Amino acid sequence: MSQASAHVSLRGVTKTFPSAAGGELHALGPVDLDLRRGEFLAVVGPSGCGKSTLLELIAGLSPPTAGTIEFEGRRIAGDIPDGIGVVFQEDACFPWLSVEANVAFGLRKSAIEPAAKTKRVREVIELMGLTDFAKSYPAQLSGGMRQRVCIARTLVKEPRLILLDEPFGALDQQTRLLMGDEVLKLWRQTGATVFLITHALDEAAMLADRIAVMSARPGRLIDAVETNWPRERDSRIVERPEFGVITARLWKSLREESLKTIGRAK
Amino acid sequence: MTRVALYRVLVILAAVLLLELLCAIGVIDRITMQPPHLILRDLGRILISGKQNAAILKTMTNASIAFSLALLVGIATAAVLHGYRALRETLDPLFATYYAIPVFAFYPLLIVLFGLGDAPQIGIGFMLGVVAVIVNTLNGLDRVPRVLRKAALIERLGAAEVALKVALPYAAPYVLTGAKFAVAYTLIGIIGAEFIMSRGGMGYEISFAYNNFDNATMYPLIVLILAVSISINTALSWWEKRLLARRGL
Ligand SMILES: Nc1ncnc2c1ncn2[C@@H]1O[C@H](COP(=O)(O)OP(=O)(O)OP(=O)(O)O)[C@@H](O)[C@H]1O
Ligand SMILES: [Mg+2]
Repeated sequence: MSQASAHVSLRGVTKTFPSAAGGELHALGPVDLDLRRGEFLAVVGPSGCGKSTLLELIAGLSPPTAGTIEFEGRRIAGDIPDGIGVVFQEDACFPWLSVEANVAFGLRKSAIEPAAKTKRVREVIELMGLTDFAKSYPAQLSGGMRQRVCIARTLVKEPRLILLDEPFGALDQQTRLLMGDEVLKLWRQTGATVFLITHALDEAAMLADRIAVMSARPGRLIDAVETNWPRERDSRIVERPEFGVITARLWKSLREESLKTIGRAK
Repeated sequence: MTRVALYRVLVILAAVLLLELLCAIGVIDRITMQPPHLILRDLGRILISGKQNAAILKTMTNASIAFSLALLVGIATAAVLHGYRALRETLDPLFATYYAIPVFAFYPLLIVLFGLGDAPQIGIGFMLGVVAVIVNTLNGLDRVPRVLRKAALIERLGAAEVALKVALPYAAPYVLTGAKFAVAYTLIGIIGAEFIMSRGGMGYEISFAYNNFDNATMYPLIVLILAVSISINTALSWWEKRLLARRGL
């Protein structure tokens, strides 16, 4: 695929941080990656391999040390482009705002009129199953509910690119499957491009069109698995035989890297 | 009322009754202090007669100005300092030792600078209050989780908006802690300044009454200052508690 036609395009993207010892910590890359418009891409990789770092580079939250990132044909260099929504790995609810106000925060910069805003906020809250808690404060919610508030705050903007960093980490397996279904439905309805980081191989295999596998730090792409699922799909595809094949391949690619991460490489 | 609250009220009542008793049996003589019920009666008389109104008004106005300035300047300074690490580290020793400096020592200097009007008194009140606001606001700003700043940036807020809409709201309970100190400190500054060098205000009236053995004026004014300071403090504490309760703290 040419760089221009991709929705998001990364070329030679590298990130180093100043390390505590005074040297440099090579966290990521070089990474080359293209996301097709409307594609659902999942990223798996061992802990600390640079997944969140990669997400923040794409979001424009920090500039890459080397390489270029383009979103919709425009280069991102540490500035935040319009049309991107992020759900962070950590709890990012604003504790002084009610659930409703947290979600409405996502529409601060949007031009739509107040009545339409209120309506959209209410709809998204309902979609996330938080209607009874609209007036509650984040401290009164469970971890999983808070994560749903953050997802709602992102969805309400209807971003064209959604970056999700382990958004279901705080959820139980059943809820996780159902939230996965919701995300698939939204993805189909909005046509957004989705970039999902997860540590759950089955979640990646169930949701994504394509799964990028990252090496241990410094994170590089070591495998890309096309799932070839139909666009119309839900969590029931886990019953299909291909599902087992995909997760087995992911694990095969990852096992060695994960061993490196916990210091057991041979 | 909870049991603890009841105990607290009982302790205060017991202390007042003890004073009452010590005055009644003459352990504390009338030249030293009036019994509490007479202080309250005199306070009522002063307030009704209005003869201290000018002094009360002057002190409260100056204290409000000094407090508001300390709060505004303190918050703004903290917000700016938080963004400039080198500047902040330079000033850190000043903040750390600030309350070891006897500000009143600078009173002559302030008079030279600002003249003999209300300004030097407000200046001292402000100087005593402002650093408590700065230090506590910085403490709050340090605690803002990085992910909240990132979330705000993703919503395309500019630096000033991040400070006003995210960092300061997050730090609000800490700012209130600073405000509570500032109320007490500015009052100390203003009244102390009136004590030493002023022709009016409650501090001046208290010291004037003291020099004239006028206990019927001195003690009620002291009680009034206590009442005002404690009421504002209680109101701010209540607000602070509410904000923290909302966050499950
Ligand atoms: N702001 C930073 N400053 C210094 N080092 C950082 C910073 N952010 C990340 N790192 C380092 O970069 C490496 C990758 O971190 P990152 O958070 O991207 O990992 P991750 O793949 O998201 O891990 P996990 O699956 O545990 O969330 C880590 O070694 C981390 O210590
Ligand atoms: Mg991460």
